[in-house]
Amino acid sequence: MIKHFITLQWKSFFRSASLGKDLGVRIFMGFLALYFMGSFLLLGIALYPVLTELYPGEDQLSTANSLVLYWIAAELVCRFFIQTLPVMDIRPLLLLPVKKGKAIHYLLLKSVFSLFNLFPLLVAIPFAIYGAAKGGYEPRVMFVWIVAVCGLVLSVNFLNFLLKKKLAGTMKTFFPFLLVVLALALCEYFEVLPLSALFGSLLGAVTAYPVLLCVLLLLPVLLYMVNYATLKKHFYLDASIGRKGVQGSTADMGWVRKFGDIAPFLQLDLKLIWRNKRPKSTVWLSLFFLAYGLMCYTNPAYRDTPVWYVFVGIFISGAFMINFGQFIPSWDSPYYGMMMAQNIPLKKYLASKYGLMGFSVVVLYLLSVPYVYFGWEILVLNTACALYNIGVNIPVLLYAGAYNKKRVELDKSPFLNYQGTGAAQFVVILPLIVFPVILWLIVRQFVSFDAASSALALLGITGIMLREPMLNAMAKLYKKRKYVAINGFKQRES
Amino acid sequence: MITVSDLTKTYGETTVLYIEELEIPSGQSLGLVGNNGAGKTTFFSLLLDLIRPTSGYIANHDIMVNKSEAWKPFTSAFIDESFLIGYLTPEEYFYFTGELRGWNRADVEVFLQKYETFFNGEILRKNKYLRDLSKGNQKKVGIIAALIGNPKVVILDEPFANLDPTTQIRLKEIVRELAEDNGVTVLISSHDLIHVTEVCKRIVVLDKGEVIRDMQTTPETLRELEGIFAG
Repeated sequence: MIKHFITLQWKSFFRSASLGKDLGVRIFMGFLALYFMGSFLLLGIALYPVLTELYPGEDQLSTANSLVLYWIAAELVCRFFIQTLPVMDIRPLLLLPVKKGKAIHYLLLKSVFSLFNLFPLLVAIPFAIYGAAKGGYEPRVMFVWIVAVCGLVLSVNFLNFLLKKKLAGTMKTFFPFLLVVLALALCEYFEVLPLSALFGSLLGAVTAYPVLLCVLLLLPVLLYMVNYATLKKHFYLDASIGRKGVQGSTADMGWVRKFGDIAPFLQLDLKLIWRNKRPKSTVWLSLFFLAYGLMCYTNPAYRDTPVWYVFVGIFISGAFMINFGQFIPSWDSPYYGMMMAQNIPLKKYLASKYGLMGFSVVVLYLLSVPYVYFGWEILVLNTACALYNIGVNIPVLLYAGAYNKKRVELDKSPFLNYQGTGAAQFVVILPLIVFPVILWLIVRQFVSFDAASSALALLGITGIMLREPMLNAMAKLYKKRKYVAINGFKQRES
Repeated sequence: MITVSDLTKTYGETTVLYIEELEIPSGQSLGLVGNNGAGKTTFFSLLLDLIRPTSGYIANHDIMVNKSEAWKPFTSAFIDESFLIGYLTPEEYFYFTGELRGWNRADVEVFLQKYETFFNGEILRKNKYLRDLSKGNQKKVGIIAALIGNPKVVILDEPFANLDPTTQIRLKEIVRELAEDNGVTVLISSHDLIHVTEVCKRIVVLDKGEVIRDMQTTPETLRELEGIFAG
């Protein structure tokens, strides 16, 4: 049976409609994975000497043990946002003569082979080997330690699924949990209750008395069983796998009407952003980038290379524009056919996207005005960048959008989601950010700071004045590309 | 009036649609029948300019559909669920379509009152997003939305599929009323020979992309059609 499951998996990967098209993205992800593996391996090799240096005179193994809790906490957070149990994949199996238990076992066992479980071992194993070879630890002790770490890794793996099930999406359970975690973290911080040290000595006890290993290894087994039981209970189409009917709200949004004939599209876009997981995350992300300035302006290292400020300036006011704009018109991909058959002039459609992004730039710019505290020239530069964003970058994004033909599933999780990403998304970054930075750098080098900022602002203002003819030209382009887009948006990725 | 002339659509070597000539006068209700792959949806997609014809053209009230967009204000369609916006409530979706077709909220509300029985209390004021409705209810929303704004041409792809018997009967009344009382050109495709012969004044049979029969509906039509498809 397991063999069948594995061949199914294999086929779903290689027969996926988007394999060829997505190869670039996959290779990129592969490099990312290799990069992380390399980094963790290096950390593992260096850990022993580093600990010796940082905590001289202390036992390296117990120092490492006292850090394990931090690692687990960080890992749990990462996993919580990125790793998911692909429950949907077994949906078709419900009707086939496959024992429920087997499908669930397969699903859970498969999760053991996740890269997430490899990362901690890449750190732990070199450390153990180093300790045994150079540190004078008994190989037997280190072996027990590794087994214990494996047990912990698996526990975290299964604990994550349980937490996700209980916490994700429901504020009611999430907030109490967050409070408890915060309280524990504060206890640790103010040394009321030294949790990490306690946890470390527990691990130490395991290496001292290997019999305790049996107790520790019971933990993942137990969590596995709990996972199994909950999954089995909810393994019906209408339970966890089926969609939950969320209470919708008919929002009026009468105030949008002021924007004239692009109002219906603006309303639609605002609802799109607010009611779907992935577009919603672009809003949070742009607020995060707003805070990015705080990191950059306070850092004296950037003072000498003000060209960084151009980069930051573009990002601060343009974060939403970039994140949202690069997937135009893919956001509308699930119903693009309707949009093209309905009584919608393409120019109005584009004008509304233009308006939305322009509005976001203005709002983010206004929010960034307090950065004037770090100097007038920052305000001047940010103003120039905001103008450049509106006048030049928005048309560039809309232009690039004409070549988007990949469907975006709106309610998929936004984390590490490369759906809808193609070469266009990478290429467009160049004119968006690199060009203004280079231009600014050249003008400043040969003329002055003010001239460089004015150049950006002037380009932006020119772009704003040319808005109408540019929108007309783009409407023509979108019309030409619409057949390709409609066809592309129909292709669902598996 | 819709005129089709020398229309072909080919993918690589295979021709999926070839219609030499077809004229649909205004106010006619036309049923398009044919087995899977006969080219019904392809024809509708060409009519809506969602795919490009390989050769030939379709003119909708003298407007070449792949040259100008002027047919859009008086043409509406429901092809499949990709015509729905999943994250809107039914009301919002109706208002949105209304706004695109020059109706304000009040117009849409008056219009919707007529269809209270059709919706059977399962659609309006339920505070549910379209993506959370059942397939049948989604279809009801799509069909009714296609009638908003007094279109002159209405295109419905497989409107009877997935609907319960009561709704099918009500839908038949709606379609008949559209064509007979309001002079709307209605194009319907269906696999259900009984429904389509009951509703449409004219039946066109497609087979492997070509028109093999074009007839006015008479009491004998159903038996004739069954003869065609049986053999």
